[in-house]
Amino acid sequence: MEGLGYLGAGIGAGLAVIGAGLGIGNIAASAAEGTARQPEATSDIRTTMIIAAALIEGVALFGEVICVLLALK
Amino acid sequence: MRVKAISRILALVVPVLLSLNSHAFAATGQDEAQVHESAAVTAPAASGTLEAPVAGAATVEAGAHEAAGAEGHDEKPGDVIMHHILDNKIYPIEPFGEIHLPEIAVKPFGIDISVTKHVVMIWLASAVLLVVGLSVGASYKSLSSKKAPNGFANVIEALVDFIRTDVAKSNIGHGYEKFVPFLVTVFFFILICNLLGLIPYGATATGNINVTLTLAVFTFIITQAAAFKAQGVKGYLEHLTAGTHWSLWIIMVPIELIGQFTKPFALTIRLFANMTAGHIIIYSLIFIAFILKSYVVAMAVSVPFAIFIYLLELFVAFLQAFVFTMLSALFIGLATAHEHHEEGHAFEESLH
Repeated sequence: MEGLGYLGAGIGAGLAVIGAGLGIGNIAASAAEGTARQPEATSDIRTTMIIAAALIEGVALFGEVICVLLALK
Repeated sequence: MRVKAISRILALVVPVLLSLNSHAFAATGQDEAQVHESAAVTAPAASGTLEAPVAGAATVEAGAHEAAGAEGHDEKPGDVIMHHILDNKIYPIEPFGEIHLPEIAVKPFGIDISVTKHVVMIWLASAVLLVVGLSVGASYKSLSSKKAPNGFANVIEALVDFIRTDVAKSNIGHGYEKFVPFLVTVFFFILICNLLGLIPYGATATGNINVTLTLAVFTFIITQAAAFKAQGVKGYLEHLTAGTHWSLWIIMVPIELIGQFTKPFALTIRLFANMTAGHIIIYSLIFIAFILKSYVVAMAVSVPFAIFIYLLELFVAFLQAFVFTMLSALFIGLATAHEHHEEGHAFEESLH
């Protein structure tokens, strides 16, 4: 039954990464679109993109830290 | 970002697979271990024990990490990785032995304040920061208005100006000058700590949750002080109600209060997890070769991928220092933006 903890950690890590990947992918897609429409706003869009990506990444990392704790318990 | 996500998956899945693998290996006995020459050559002490394959991996590892191999007969790769990630009181300088850092016997309030590996790295980062700051600052005194700074001072000026203009000014706005010293200091301190973790014999102080929490607490204190100074006690309390009707205060005030504390918490976890994850990935990739006991895997997978992740980590070191500084500036800007909020409140009142 000890293996179930590892299984949970692996599945949890995967789910957290799926969420973060979808979120960051959406941001990147919108940023590319915005930059193509309005090239003069590139630097503003990039800054906003990095902040939003960092916030999403932070939430995903909460999940990942919990998975690491589960795997190394 | 996608590459980062994939490497994070690897970082979490690989140690789990490795530990499961070593369990399975231990059950099948040591015939397997004899087949693979690397294990057979380097694991003489381990023959006859059930942990033969793992011990083999640990002894091969001993070339690079003596401390782990010496008593590592029943150590899993996950434990070896954690030994290198976590803080401890022994500073390893591998081929030449190790330094036992001095212990402080006095324990105020039961807290151990001995010098550890990460404390040494913090001191080193502070020393580098002092030397760089003082030398670059001194080089500006000899400049006239017609001469541009050259060499190293030019690089530092570009970074400082970036923090001042693009981070502080654009996020805090009016009265940003007071916060520039803090933001520049925190940027360079995190950057140097991150980069010290990527050089040989270094350790990542920012991969320790105590260090990142302390940095986030500084941001928290400065944010709260700036909010009180900009809005006064009355304005601060009004801010907690978010300008809603009094019947909603029972919900809004706790939410706003919790919101004040989640910001530094998120800063803490983000920096800590980013720096730790990168190092776990590099160690995991290197351990693939020791688990599979194959030179082909080492040359085809471990070393190239580890170098790739290392270069990615170099980028992440800059990115995370920037993100921490940027979010600190953003939080300070949100706390001090009183004009904007008053307009909002006035607008809401005019609607009623």
